[in-house]
Amino acid sequence: MSLAKRIIPCLDVDHGRVVKGMNFVGIRDAGDPIEIARRYNNAGADEITLLDITASHEQRDITYKTVEQIASQVFIPLTVGGGVRTVTDIRRLLNAGADKVTINTAAIFNPDLVRESAERFGSQCIVVAMDVKALHDGSGRYELFSHGGRNATGIEAIEWAQRMAHLGAGEILLTSMDRDGTKGGYDLLITRAISDTVDIPVIASGGVGTLDHLRAGLTEGGADAVLAASIFHFGTYTVAEAKAYLAQSKIPIRE
Amino acid sequence: MTQRVAVLDYGMGNLHSVESALREAGASDVLVTADAEAVLAADRIVFPGVGAIRDCLAELRRLDCDKTLRLAVNRGTPVFGICVGMQSLMTRSEENGGVDCLGFFDGTVTRFPRNHSDDDGTKLKVPHMGWNQVSQGLEHPLWDGIEDNAYFYFVHSFFLPAVGSDCVMGSFDYGVKGSAAVGKGNVFATQFHPEKSHDNGLKLLANFLTWDGTC
Repeated sequence: MSLAKRIIPCLDVDHGRVVKGMNFVGIRDAGDPIEIARRYNNAGADEITLLDITASHEQRDITYKTVEQIASQVFIPLTVGGGVRTVTDIRRLLNAGADKVTINTAAIFNPDLVRESAERFGSQCIVVAMDVKALHDGSGRYELFSHGGRNATGIEAIEWAQRMAHLGAGEILLTSMDRDGTKGGYDLLITRAISDTVDIPVIASGGVGTLDHLRAGLTEGGADAVLAASIFHFGTYTVAEAKAYLAQSKIPIRE
Repeated sequence: MTQRVAVLDYGMGNLHSVESALREAGASDVLVTADAEAVLAADRIVFPGVGAIRDCLAELRRLDCDKTLRLAVNRGTPVFGICVGMQSLMTRSEENGGVDCLGFFDGTVTRFPRNHSDDDGTKLKVPHMGWNQVSQGLEHPLWDGIEDNAYFYFVHSFFLPAVGSDCVMGSFDYGVKGSAAVGKGNVFATQFHPEKSHDNGLKLLANFLTWDGTC
């Protein structure tokens, strides 16, 4: 008996519709988030993540409504993020039915938000999302990016993960910008490095193209959960196929 | 006659998920409230809990929910505690520097050890977050139709050790053996979240909705 590794379909939502970008640009419509979330709930997904990429405050009300509707029909954990800036944003998302909230850019500009929200709502619902890129300067180091991957921060990724865990983050959602949308597999080096460094769970994200990429993220990468979008949205694989493959590879999975 | 389920609302966390799951499990009359009269008039009570235990207990006591709960338990109303709700029912928790809890069950809630690892040396992360198997230690009407070692969704950093108590109804294994469920008389409580545990969780809630409070 042991804790199962989690498979998490990710819904990138823009103006209330699920989309999936290619390296954060060039977006293809994949449908209605409520319908898709319900489908994944029934298909055996372990959790659902919804990232609101609209990132403009005036559109936020659509997100709260979407979260409410998903939460009333989905009986697995729901993580929501995108544009979260304040404790009030977090409270509103939790009240709308999110189980966990991801903080990304706001954590970079105001690390204290992580501490404050973890104290107020509990570490278990505070996920720090990190968009990272390899520096390719021979140092083997990775840099953290803000604003949905648009701005370099000069912050080194592993140190940042440690700092966030120390401030009270309950989980890290690690996205490799180099791999995102490429279908070339997760960046296993940085996934392993961060997973080995922090004591909180790490979710690998960015680059899944095959079922073996999921396996590699959990074994070589040492991740506690794997997140994927397009392979599931466009029907390349079902969640059940992914689970069967991982079970065959002797990875503990909830069947 | 339609039965009314009261979900105890003492301001800690989102209760919509619990309400939605109860409706999905077959409850047609669910009331989310802290009002003593309304809670005591209900046929069943769900006692959820999210967040830090000190704040939870402070709010419970401020709203007199602890007294209401005690009255309801003494009357024999079936009660279902969830997560921090379950932990609040114990004698004590070591969270927040040590907090006295409501004392419906004997036991002290403690933190998972630091540098915690599995038998084979795999590092175990804290929070214990995700789907784990629940071994049904003792028979209980609420386990009806749920397979032994079925998966349920957990998320917590503190736990009740599953030893030395005859009220442990199920356990989980995470480097240490923890209590997944406790039960005594008309009270049943789980460390995991049935409202987030898909079919197994909904089945457990459905069982609670027809439970007569005996075991």
